[in-house]
Amino acid sequence: MLKGRAFKFGDNISTDHIIPGRYAYLRSNLPELAKHVMEDADPDFATKVNKGDFIVGGANFGLGSSREHAPLVIKMAGVSAILTKSVARIFFRNAVNLGLPVLICDTGGIDDGDELEVDLAKGTVYDKTNGEKLTFDRLPKVMLDILARGGLVPYIQKYGDF
Amino acid sequence: MGKTLAEKILSLKSGGDARAGDIVIAQVDLAFAQDTTGPLTIRQFQAGKFERLANPSKTVLFFDHASPSPNRELANDHQFMRRFAEETGCKISDIGGGVCHQLVAESFAKPGDVIVGADSHTVTAGALGAFATGMGSSDVAIVFALGKTWFRVPESLKILVSGEMGRGVMAKDLVLQLIGTIGADGATYKALEFKGEGLKSLKLSDRLTVANMAVEAGAKAGLFPADKVTRDYLNHQKRGEDYQPLAADSDAVYESQININLTALEPTVAKPHQVANIALARELKGIKIDQVFIGTCTNGRLEDIATAAKIMKGRKRHPPTRFIIAPASPQVLLDAISAGYIRTLVEAGAVIMPPGCAACLGLHQGVLADGESCLSTANRNFKGRMGSPEAFIYLGSPATAAATAITGEITDPREVM
Repeated sequence: MLKGRAFKFGDNISTDHIIPGRYAYLRSNLPELAKHVMEDADPDFATKVNKGDFIVGGANFGLGSSREHAPLVIKMAGVSAILTKSVARIFFRNAVNLGLPVLICDTGGIDDGDELEVDLAKGTVYDKTNGEKLTFDRLPKVMLDILARGGLVPYIQKYGDF
Repeated sequence: MGKTLAEKILSLKSGGDARAGDIVIAQVDLAFAQDTTGPLTIRQFQAGKFERLANPSKTVLFFDHASPSPNRELANDHQFMRRFAEETGCKISDIGGGVCHQLVAESFAKPGDVIVGADSHTVTAGALGAFATGMGSSDVAIVFALGKTWFRVPESLKILVSGEMGRGVMAKDLVLQLIGTIGADGATYKALEFKGEGLKSLKLSDRLTVANMAVEAGAKAGLFPADKVTRDYLNHQKRGEDYQPLAADSDAVYESQININLTALEPTVAKPHQVANIALARELKGIKIDQVFIGTCTNGRLEDIATAAKIMKGRKRHPPTRFIIAPASPQVLLDAISAGYIRTLVEAGAVIMPPGCAACLGLHQGVLADGESCLSTANRNFKGRMGSPEAFIYLGSPATAAATAITGEITDPREVM
């Protein structure tokens, strides 16, 4: 069971909101890069977020660049999962490849600051603040297997192949 | 039941009957990374303790995003990539070598290929009938090691193209209208497949512009059939043997169909801060522009620079408006020099950058200041993209960009042609 607070964002949060291209010079210095997580969407996010918290998006979360640093800095911030109405394709694969779950559900009723409980096995989200329960779409088997190993590289190390 | 282009290519490369919705493992013909995604790709490859590349001659590292290196940190990243190439025998395209997607088109991609790159605009090679898609560093690292990856076979949207573009209209206007119509997530997880008699008039450079921006509608691929236009291009690149005709089956199944009449298009601009936020150039007259940028994998080709040079011939840029041009490859630069376009543009007040991504992503060579506005021929106008999160990016064609450089405000190119 994952437990934490919701940080709510709008539709079309791009990889440039999550970690702008201007910080590309920090991509080999991840602790410094991670200080800028979500900076162009919420400049204070990096200081407010706590381990276990959730990012809650709207439509098309993570559109844009293929930079895997986007889900990487979110994971480094301690975020336990991203809940969103829909997600851009490359960001989705990248997050799962790093062992960061992206859960597709109707996030419209979740408010910023709500306390959430997520049961990955059952596919449910419980919003303790407003009492609502949500279910999220099951991932394809290959993605569940990759998540179970903590990411793509450890998955291939374990099995040697897909 | 017939197959779409995506289903045909993924069937061929997975050795099975790939249908939309299936998960397949496909062989990869070319895998690459660039200098902002390459270091993490290499680190993931090393984390997996892989000892060798599956196909060194089909593995490429391109130095284009920050090239030549603008600071110590990125110089160290370049050094790290060069060492990896020495150790593994992969190919590199070092500084000044040009934008990865342009080089993939010029020298690597062929109809029926599967191509993956650690860059979202890898979709560009769909112009040649290759199933080409962007992935992150972990995925590409595994392709480096295994020579294959998994795909969910995408559903396809049929984009039926008719007519012919009029004066002052370019392929950029086509693709901006398409994205404006279907939205920034209108094709998420899907392939855009372009068909119809209108394709005959779209040169390969036009098709590269259109396929390049498929990802701005969320698409996994933007696919064109391989036809006479493709054959002529490959012959021109002295790669005639790489040609094979490729078309979807006549009874292929598409999720939906969108019709585009080229004849009806007008110069189009995407307004800040979303690509789908379009308007006609003539509707934006009066918006002051501090910097005009022509280049990138979207519009840094010879045809783009030729269009700009023809408009700028004998004219000067509006004095306070900066005018930056970055040819997408050395071949483009040399051809533009031979044709006299570079002289014309420098005389008009343009600054010429080395072949590479230049100002596109806010790392160097034309970073915007707070409050400034730029008219760019690139593919993204997200907040913060070109440096300052307080800047405003408008996207348009090279013709619209040149017209805007002359007047210093967004201008429909038909006004100055």
